[in-house]
Amino acid sequence: MGDSQYSFSLTTFSPSGKLVQIEHALTAVGSGQTSLGIKAANGVVIATEKKLPSILVDETSVQKIQSLTPNIGVVYSGMGPDFRVLVRKSRKQAQQYYRLYKETIPVTQLVRETAAVMQEFTQSGGVRPFGVSLLIAGYDDNGPQLYQVDPSGSYFSWKASAMGKNVSNAKTFLEKRYTEDMELDDAIHTAILTLKEGYEGQISANNIEIGVIRSDREFKVLTPAEIKDFLEEVE
Amino acid sequence: MSIFEYNGSAVVAMVGKNCFAIASDRRLGVQLQTVATDFQRVFKIHDKLYIGLSGLATDAQTLYQRLVFRHKLYQLREERDMKPQTFASLVSALLYEKRFGPYFCQPVIAGLGEDNEPFICTMDCLGAKELAKDFVVSGTASESLYGACESMYKPNMEPEELFETISQALQSSVDRDCLSGWGGYVLLVTPTEVQERVIKGRMD
Repeated sequence: MGDSQYSFSLTTFSPSGKLVQIEHALTAVGSGQTSLGIKAANGVVIATEKKLPSILVDETSVQKIQSLTPNIGVVYSGMGPDFRVLVRKSRKQAQQYYRLYKETIPVTQLVRETAAVMQEFTQSGGVRPFGVSLLIAGYDDNGPQLYQVDPSGSYFSWKASAMGKNVSNAKTFLEKRYTEDMELDDAIHTAILTLKEGYEGQISANNIEIGVIRSDREFKVLTPAEIKDFLEEVE
Repeated sequence: MSIFEYNGSAVVAMVGKNCFAIASDRRLGVQLQTVATDFQRVFKIHDKLYIGLSGLATDAQTLYQRLVFRHKLYQLREERDMKPQTFASLVSALLYEKRFGPYFCQPVIAGLGEDNEPFICTMDCLGAKELAKDFVVSGTASESLYGACESMYKPNMEPEELFETISQALQSSVDRDCLSGWGGYVLLVTPTEVQERVIKGRMD
């Protein structure tokens, strides 16, 4: 606190027209671990680094990429606990949609609902904004899709995007490597290379996570063994 | 007497080749006394989706208003029309919401889905769906409609023949039922056009 006199209430605008608490939330995201996503011609890949505080932590117990529905997956940069709350709310929303229409929720709708929750937390009393940005990857009747949702509740559709530490480097790298007609396997390679670029230390199958959705519309988180195969291809 | 028979009604839908027809009678009664002979029981949701509501007239109108409301919100949110299957699930969910104080209606839903595939279904007042490939019926004349449809229906009818069949089935059924009749209303929906016809029957 004390950055400014407007940091006491998250719903009060500063004279420059900003909500400083949301800016702080974005700072939390910006200092979080790098995540990225690439939309390919036949699917989407999302990936993140999984740096653990100590080598004594069991890395198999950390799952940063989660699925929301069988055909939609999500990854975050920022605060892990906040992410779990959002995942729980989004999954519930998806199931409510299914209960009503007996049809799986379209990616755009789930993104909108999730963004609405995040917006609500910038305007309600007694809560703070979420300290996470999300990358949501899905495949439905409208094809492969990649969305980013920010703590303010705004959301964007991307061909490829990155967030967290080293965003600008990662984004520049993606801009260089991205092509419209990229196949998914290519995109996975690019994702790994982008992570590698900004990673402090050596990446391995155990300290990154990759989630993939192909035209079979089944979102899968790759196992360390599968990641290892891709890493060897990249070498 | 059941509340479902208070106003009297007959609703039927039939599938033809890449088309469907939905029809109803036009009578609104209060038990045996006829009050109106231009009552609408078939409603449009969008160009290729219609719902017929048999049963208590007041509930039919209220339910229709709620369904239009929900569909309009859906259109704004998702920027598309609802598929017939999706709409049927929505109707079912709305009906079951009122499980212990139901709308006294038995809906008939008919529409053209993706690739203009015809879809028809009916459900009870609690929302239990009953899907059919050929025809569905509901209302006070449903028993005679079953008989008429079972003997007159043929698969893969062209639009004109389908119109003739559904009209004959409706007319002959309502003549066997005291509470429905007084003319009929038939909608014939093909991928390219919708024909709306009001038919006269025994007006007594």
